[in-house]
Amino acid sequence: MDITELTVHELQEKLKNKELTITEINKAYIDRINEKEKDIQAFITLTTDEALEKSKNIEEKVNKGEIKGELAGIPIGIKDNMCINGVKTTCASKMLENFIAPYNATVIEKINDENMISLGKTNMDEFAMGSSTETSYFKKTKNPWDLSKVPGGSSGGSAAAVAANMVPWALGSDTGGSIRQPAGCCGIVGLKPTYGLVSRYGLIAYASSLDQIGTFTKDVEDTAILLNVIAGHDDRDTTSAKKEKKDYTKALKNDVKGLKIAVPKEFFGDGINKEVKESIEKAIEKYKELGAIVEEVSLDIANYALATYYIIACAEASSNLGRFDGIRYGYRSPKFNNLRDIYINSRSEGFGDEVKRRIILGTYVLSSGYYDAYYKKAQQVRTLVKSRFDEVFENHDIILTPTAPTTAFKIGEKSDNPLEMYLSDICTVSLNIAGLPGLSIPCGVDSEGMPVGMQLIGKRFDEETILNAGYTYEQATKFRETYKPTFKK
Amino acid sequence: MEVKKEELLHIANLARLKLQDNEIEKYLLNLQDILNYANLINKVDVEGLKETVGERDSYNVFRKDEIDIFGNIDGMIKNFPEEQDDMIRVPKVVQ
Repeated sequence: MDITELTVHELQEKLKNKELTITEINKAYIDRINEKEKDIQAFITLTTDEALEKSKNIEEKVNKGEIKGELAGIPIGIKDNMCINGVKTTCASKMLENFIAPYNATVIEKINDENMISLGKTNMDEFAMGSSTETSYFKKTKNPWDLSKVPGGSSGGSAAAVAANMVPWALGSDTGGSIRQPAGCCGIVGLKPTYGLVSRYGLIAYASSLDQIGTFTKDVEDTAILLNVIAGHDDRDTTSAKKEKKDYTKALKNDVKGLKIAVPKEFFGDGINKEVKESIEKAIEKYKELGAIVEEVSLDIANYALATYYIIACAEASSNLGRFDGIRYGYRSPKFNNLRDIYINSRSEGFGDEVKRRIILGTYVLSSGYYDAYYKKAQQVRTLVKSRFDEVFENHDIILTPTAPTTAFKIGEKSDNPLEMYLSDICTVSLNIAGLPGLSIPCGVDSEGMPVGMQLIGKRFDEETILNAGYTYEQATKFRETYKPTFKK
Repeated sequence: MEVKKEELLHIANLARLKLQDNEIEKYLLNLQDILNYANLINKVDVEGLKETVGERDSYNVFRKDEIDIFGNIDGMIKNFPEEQDDMIRVPKVVQ
């Protein structure tokens, strides 16, 4: 048995039956990281030595009955924009290359409360700005299904690490698709929860009205288990919603009879790759076989939602990233004579190309003379996007689309063309604009053997319905048993 | 709308960024491209629509203004780019 092939619920089962110990599990993953990291480059910081110590400690306590908890000792990967006390948190930027977080993000407190063990901080696009993990200051993560291709982004390190069995699951963040798109590219399950369901305290902000922490897992049951851990109200994030705590595993009924699925025809138009379209159409047929009611609808928002997204996200980023000025923490340029020099030189040397591009765009759309034409208008379009979704949800339970217009592309293919890169997010951004939850699950492979992701969109705070729909499809199709990453070069 | 070089430099300065010569040309092209795409939103009829600022309807979140001592001051000090006697060192502000 290869331990690293297992899902978390399978690991839990084996722990319960005493077929495996906590240290055996952690050792297996650490060995796997040591074997695969040179090819995949998924991590910025590894904390495997500490993890091994911790696993022995937790195992002892569990054996003595001092701690309980069904997730005690389970390893996890954390995107490097979430603060872990005493661990480097770089946001994949030179700006924070030496920043050691002095506190824990709320999600880290929650996984610590469960006695889970972080194996390391995963690579990402710098400040989560990108769709390929290529803008990282440190390294380029490779897609385990084809090492010449990107893993998607911005949470590409988390996605690749889960797909390559280097961790059983991981946390990521999603501002415009940064969980769902890499999950789709890497053939795993990715969930962006409803805005407000998971606290962002300790998540380094990119665009605060859109950012949301979510999960990368091997299957939907694990998604429900991990969402149970991280969801919940937090006073330290004022956008955090006060909702009753749910057990999401109870939503997994393996039954979609009578479920009303809307399929918006505009998400299947020009620009969507033919093979992606075919895979999704097959999945739709599967849902019909399973008893769901599928209806084509019109939801003509994709293009202007993307335009709206880049205006709002960059505007918020230009403000959020104002704090990086070389004064209190982060990179300080050695070249300065006065305070102004510190600001300008630290920012110009500390930020990478894409980050500067988005700060400039954001400053532009907020500047006098353009505010009304771009920013104000984008906020109005945002209202429109929300109401269009609401209209569809009046008569349907979920909306089904592709996760991305293409499968994973070659490393370097879109690096010189920012706009083309931005189009990778065309199917995902509208959910962030409207604050809706979205689940990406694998639904097939293209002729090159690259996975295709399908996106299931739910109503606000109705993660249960998309989790059940994803679970039911997964049980009927068994993607993981049929397809595996090949690590081809 | 065409973005001019002077305008780009003005914006960069507002954002406290200094662009190298090779960056200026590239960013001008990129910015123009992205703004052309962003202009799509001007084709949308939003007459009479309210602006959505956050995702959810606006509301206020209040809490008591209580002093809470941050537990890891040493951890913060370690992140200071330059430090002297546990304080952040900066160049003279008043010239």
